[in-house]
Amino acid sequence: MSVLSVAITLTLVLYALAGAVAMRRLFGGPRAQDRVLALDFVFVLAMLALLVLAIRYDSSMYFEAALLMALFGFVSSAALAKFLLRGEVIE
Amino acid sequence: MIVEAIVAALLVLSGVVALTSALGLARLPDFFLRMHAPALVYTLGSWSVTLASVIYFSLVRGELALHSWLIIIVLAITAPISTVLLARAALFRERQAGQPLPPPLGAGGAGDPRQNATSSE
Repeated sequence: MSVLSVAITLTLVLYALAGAVAMRRLFGGPRAQDRVLALDFVFVLAMLALLVLAIRYDSSMYFEAALLMALFGFVSSAALAKFLLRGEVIE
Repeated sequence: MIVEAIVAALLVLSGVVALTSALGLARLPDFFLRMHAPALVYTLGSWSVTLASVIYFSLVRGELALHSWLIIIVLAITAPISTVLLARAALFRERQAGQPLPPPLGAGGAGDPRQNATSSE
């Protein structure tokens, strides 16, 4: 086993732990803005996991998925923040 | 081999940063404090993963593979926007709920924007 595959496994495990800790905030956050913040964080974490998987499987397909995920994460958290601020998304 | 070790170190660094950031998200006492924790992943975590990806694919393909920089560019543009929107929404909702708010920057001092506004009127 090479250094790189051990490091990739370790990184994915650390991401999974971080995601689990953030899920606690996502499901149990005292107010809605905590949940939106945790959702944004989990989105970015999944995007980074896709980039790590791109190195693991040596494929550039994951990169496009990661880019789409970054964009959709931004759109979803911006729309949710706008909804919290104004009560509707598009006025 | 040394390049592989550098890629591995960058990946593990991003994993540790992500876990630190999640712990901050879970344990900090106030929402406005909690907003600072994910910034670690948006900056240092994504930078180290992207650098690892650029180094690895440049090594494997034998040419400069810079396409992962797009992730950093997109994240650097979008993360501040969503953070500011969420902070405005949180301020609005805390005011609506009558919760105690953090004082504005430089409240009552020379840098208070309200005093500047009244003096200029």
